Amino acid sequence: MKYGIVVNTGPYTHQASDTAYHFTAAALGKGHEVFRVFFYHDGVNNGTRLGVPPQDDRNLPEKWSSLAQQHDLDLVVCVAAAQRRGLLDADEAKRHGKDADNIAPGFRISGLGQLIEAGIEADRLVVFGD
Amino acid sequence: MIKKFLYLNRKAPYGTVYALESLEVVLIGAAFDQDVSLAFIDDGVYQLTKAQNTDDIGMKNFSPTYRALGDYDVNKIFVDGGSLEERGLTVDDLLPLTYEDEDDDWAEKPSIRVVDSGELAALIDEQDVIFSF
Amino acid sequence: MATLHTVNKSPFERNALESCLRFTTPGSSVLLIEDGVVGALRNTRLAPRIAQAMENITFYALGPDIRARGLEESRIIDGIRIVDYAGFVDLTAEHDRVQAWL
Repeated sequence: MKYGIVVNTGPYTHQASDTAYHFTAAALGKGHEVFRVFFYHDGVNNGTRLGVPPQDDRNLPEKWSSLAQQHDLDLVVCVAAAQRRGLLDADEAKRHGKDADNIAPGFRISGLGQLIEAGIEADRLVVFGD
Repeated sequence: MIKKFLYLNRKAPYGTVYALESLEVVLIGAAFDQDVSLAFIDDGVYQLTKAQNTDDIGMKNFSPTYRALGDYDVNKIFVDGGSLEERGLTVDDLLPLTYEDEDDDWAEKPSIRVVDSGELAALIDEQDVIFSF
Repeated sequence: MATLHTVNKSPFERNALESCLRFTTPGSSVLLIEDGVVGALRNTRLAPRIAQAMENITFYALGPDIRARGLEESRIIDGIRIVDYAGFVDLTAEHDRVQAWL
């Protein structure tokens, strides 16, 4: 089965991004394909590499990055939502004259069309949020 | 392949960003020529109230954008009658959303259909994809 | 064409579960996750409503979330099935679509 996953909440405040992570890992573990994980609303905050959680806490952005690396996952952060919230890759930072970027490895920034495409391509779209 | 897409809205505007960012998905999604329906349930019905005025909260009033949905061929807008009723609202409190029916000499028709929970449950059960906000 | 409904809010905080139950059709399933697992407990104000809904809807609850909240599985209403994340994945595959009552 081919999955599209939507994550609408940031890490730590809501459990939803943890649940989305566990669901995605379980789907991959069962041999399903994950077409794309799309991060929207505050979900874009899962894509920062600058978080420094305490050592005894999980580091969700790192967990997503590592899952992406292991399974060649497509982690897409919505550009409009990301710009509002200060989540930038190097190109975006340059284009908007910002002095830093913060996107985590394995994530890429793209448009909402990627979410629609996930809805079209996937057999199941599963939404996690607030 | 054309899929049936339902955007299900259950949150009031302005208090959280979900209504605005849901509308942004609908507008982008309209370019993909899918079979789109919108449903407004629970506090989602407040997204469609007319006379929204955000001057004093410093946020953009995005409600006029709903009026443009007809131009994007998004004209199946289902509102839960029970949600209206328990909030003391009627369809007259909502934006008069319309579209031009190309199969009927471009006659202007209302996009909003007030339906009961059974009809909405059936609508949910016939979708390929549900975007919930 | 059965739908899997997910509910991730406590019924004591939000109306997600009650709304979900208004829009489910016979043969559908409801999976309670995150704070939503509170809705699976016995002897709550919502329990009679769940019992009534169970006549034609199958209920599931996510075990990891039940245990995380210190709620033993013995406190869960009889007939609600406990699943893990792999079981959650199976449910999404077995149903035709997923509706999340956020």
